[in-house]
Amino acid sequence: MKIAIRTLDHTEHLSQEEIQAIEAACAHYEQRPAAAIDALMIVQRRQGWVDDSRLEAVAGLLGMSSAELEGIATFYNHIYRQPVGRHVLHLCNSISCWLCDVDKLADHLRERLQLEFGQTSADGRITLLPNVCLGCCDKAPAMMLDGELIENLSAEKLDEILASLEGGEDG
Amino acid sequence: MDKPMTAHLDTQNPQDLAGYRDTGGYMGFARALDMTPAEVQQQVKDANLRGRGGAGFPTGMKWGFVPMGQDAPKRKYLVCNADEMEPGTFKDRWLMEGAPHLLIEGMMIAAYAIGASRAYLFLRGEYRLCARRLEQAIREAEEAGLLGKDIQGSGYSLELHLHTSAGRYICGEETALLNALEGKRAHPRSKPPFPQIAGLFGQPTIVNNAETLCNLPGILRRGPAWFRDLAADSDDAGTKIYGISGRVRQAGLWELPMGATARQILDLAGGMQDGLKLRGWLPGGASTDFLLPEHLDIPMEYDAIAKAGSRLGTGGIIALDDQHCPVGMVLNLIQFFAQESCGWCTPCRDGLPWAAEILSRIETGKGCQEDLDELSKLCDFMWMGKTFCALAPGAVEPMRSGLKYFADDFQQHIDKGCCPYRQ
Repeated sequence: MKIAIRTLDHTEHLSQEEIQAIEAACAHYEQRPAAAIDALMIVQRRQGWVDDSRLEAVAGLLGMSSAELEGIATFYNHIYRQPVGRHVLHLCNSISCWLCDVDKLADHLRERLQLEFGQTSADGRITLLPNVCLGCCDKAPAMMLDGELIENLSAEKLDEILASLEGGEDG
Repeated sequence: MDKPMTAHLDTQNPQDLAGYRDTGGYMGFARALDMTPAEVQQQVKDANLRGRGGAGFPTGMKWGFVPMGQDAPKRKYLVCNADEMEPGTFKDRWLMEGAPHLLIEGMMIAAYAIGASRAYLFLRGEYRLCARRLEQAIREAEEAGLLGKDIQGSGYSLELHLHTSAGRYICGEETALLNALEGKRAHPRSKPPFPQIAGLFGQPTIVNNAETLCNLPGILRRGPAWFRDLAADSDDAGTKIYGISGRVRQAGLWELPMGATARQILDLAGGMQDGLKLRGWLPGGASTDFLLPEHLDIPMEYDAIAKAGSRLGTGGIIALDDQHCPVGMVLNLIQFFAQESCGWCTPCRDGLPWAAEILSRIETGKGCQEDLDELSKLCDFMWMGKTFCALAPGAVEPMRSGLKYFADDFQQHIDKGCCPYRQ
C-alpha cells in the first residue's frame, strides 16, 4: 500500500514577513528549534492566537514535529492556542495585588463584562485572564492590557479604560 | 551615600549611550578589557559580590567553575536572568527600565570574565518597556563598537541577544531557563552536570541575575575595596535594591548598603497605612519564610536573615497587615506556586494543588483539625531533597512559617467555621 506523505507548504499559512522574522530569530541560536518560542510569538501577532495550521507550518519551518511544538506552545502562559478577543486583559492576582484587594476588582470586572476569567465576550471584543505577579507591586493592583502594563487600578479607572476601548463599552 | 546603580537610573528618560558614558559608563568594561579574564574574576571574588537573584551564591566563585584557557570549549555563554517573576519583586524591572546600559555593560564584563562569545538576555515577556529600552541600548552599543567583533581592538568578540519569554515562573530556575532558551518546555535539568560545565546547547554557561550584573560596572571601575566599603557594617558587600509592597504608605524601591534593616525600609515607605499594623513580612519574595515585627531590626543580609529562619531572597519585602487574613495570604501564595509548577516531579505537581485545596477549605471555614496535620506533612513531602528543583521547597517556606506564626488564625478558622477577617 502506498502511503501519501503530505508535505507542508509554509508559505501557505505564514506571510513572507513572518518567515523572515522567524529566520532572523533562528540566526540567534545554535539550532533552529531553539527559536520555537520566538516563532510562536511572531505568528501570534497576526490574529492574536496560534491556530493548528500555523502551528504546523512553524513546526515544519523549524524542522521539528507539530506534537513537540504543541508541547511548547501549551507550556507557556502567553502563547494562546484558542481564539482570544480583540483585547486581552490579564489581571494580576499575586500577593501584592491581593493585599491591595484585587479580588474586589476581579468581582467588578466579572460583573461588568459578564465574563468569568478564561472567557471571551460573545462579540469577540475582550478576553479576561488572570496573570501571575506583573512586577508592579509598588503600584498595585495592576493589569496587562494588550501587552502594556497599567498600574494603580481602581474600579473607576477600570471603567474608564473599558469605555475607551475600541467601539466603547458596548461596541 | 554612594548609590552606584541608581546613580544611573532615570525611569522617565533613561540615559542613552552618550549620557551613560558621560557619567562613567562603560569605564568598567574598558578596565576589564585591560585585564585578563582571570584578573576580572579575581576582582569580583575580592569584592565579595553575591548573587542578587535569591540564592546568594558568590558570583566570582560561580564563574570559577567555567573551563578557561586554550583547552576550554570555544563556545561559552553568558546568560542574564531577567525573568523576574517572584511575586513581590520588581527591582530588575526598575533597573532595566531606568538604566538599560548599566545591565548591558554588566553583561559584557561577565561575558569577558568567562570568555563567552555570546550572551543572552532572558527577559520576561510582560516587561515590554524594558524590552524596548534594552533593544535600543544594545543597538547603540553595537553601533559604537562596544559589541560585535574585535571590540575596541581588544581581540575580544561578543554577540548579545535579547530573548523575551512567553511567561512561566519556573524559567527563573537557571537550568529551566536554559531549556526555555533552547526553545523547549522549561523543565529544570538534573545537576550535575552544572551549567558552568554543560549548560546552554551543552556548552559552559553562566546564568547571573540582572541586579547581580548591574553591580559589575562599579566593581570594575572603582575596585573591590570600594565595593566592600559600601557596606562597611555588614558581612556582605555592596549595595542592594531593597523594596517593599503591601499596605504600606508608599511602596517602592531603594538602593541601600547591604545589611540595611527591614525597619529602615518600612520607614522609607512611610510605615503602614493609616489604621493598619504590621503582622508579618516576607523578606524577599513569595518563596521566603515569614518573619514577625520583632525581626524588623535584623540586617537584611544573607546570613543574618537565614539565622532568623528565613531567606534574604530578592530583598523585595511583602508586608502583611492586621486586616488581611494570614490564611488567605498563604493560600494566595500556594495557588501561585501550584499554577506555576512545571509538573515534572510528583511532590510538586500533586503536592501543591493538594495544599491549595486544603488551605482553600480552611479559609472558607470548611477545614478540620486533621487538615492542619496534613499541611504539616505536605511541608515535609515537598521539602529539599524530595523534589527536582527548589520551586516546591520555596512554596513550603511561607506555608510552614505561616502555620507556625499564625497558628491561632488557622485554629480560629477551624473553630469558628469561617474566616474571621471576612465577618
